[in-house]
Amino acid sequence: MSCIEQMKYKLLLERVSFREAREYIEKNSDEVYYVNPGYKIFKDYYMIGVPPMAMGVKGKEMLFTYVKPCHGTFVMALESEEEINRLREQEAGKVKASLKKGAQKEKEKVEAAPASFQDMWKK
Amino acid sequence: MTNGKGKALLVMGCPEVPVQTSIVLYLSNKLQKAGMHVTIAGTDAALKLMKVSDPEGYYIKDTIDLDQCIADLVEKRYDFDLCFVFMHNDSGMAYGATMSAISSAKVYALVFGKNAEALAETIEYPAEKIVAKAVHNPTPLKNKIDKVIG
Repeated sequence: MSCIEQMKYKLLLERVSFREAREYIEKNSDEVYYVNPGYKIFKDYYMIGVPPMAMGVKGKEMLFTYVKPCHGTFVMALESEEEINRLREQEAGKVKASLKKGAQKEKEKVEAAPASFQDMWKK
Repeated sequence: MTNGKGKALLVMGCPEVPVQTSIVLYLSNKLQKAGMHVTIAGTDAALKLMKVSDPEGYYIKDTIDLDQCIADLVEKRYDFDLCFVFMHNDSGMAYGATMSAISSAKVYALVFGKNAEALAETIEYPAEKIVAKAVHNPTPLKNKIDKVIG
């Protein structure tokens, strides 16, 4: 059992297909990042799924897929500034798309005043 | 786990479809007779079904928890030459894609169950497909395996 199951998570979708879960994250996140299978989050969860695997950021929450062999795919949300920062930093070079409202707003701010290399990259 | 050559990993999915347990035992025996070291990965329930079926360990040598196996493969603690992923649902597909991404093994997708053909069509990752509409009767899947791996 992963440590995630011991944490205070929100279940946003239950027992759906992996494709449905990915589409939900893409449609309901401020920022969307794509990771490969095996991407590690928290202490011991190595993500399972069909690439490209979407991970979302919405406010303070990270949205991600959680696959169980007998129960399908779940979309979970967990507050973790550390994991969100790590996702942004580690995936910066591999980000294929940064979508949706939040990302657009972020872009506008960045255009006004780039403050770091990461900000410049986002342009 | 051994680190020699000729290592095969059998990845079990949800054990709710009866043919899985018998085919895993059959394939494990077949690969061991061919000189391979076989490790079987699965959930706690799937592994218990195997171990109760083979109490003396004639067909099952090494077993490992599925999540631990994935962690070990990602961290490159070991790898395999062949990886057989059993799948009859969408989760199985996701595990197959994961194995294809994290292991350098040649991946075989063993697709069975009521919707085997439709499920097999959705496989877009590198894997040799072995597909049979088998739920209770393992023979169609056994025959397909014999054709593919001899």
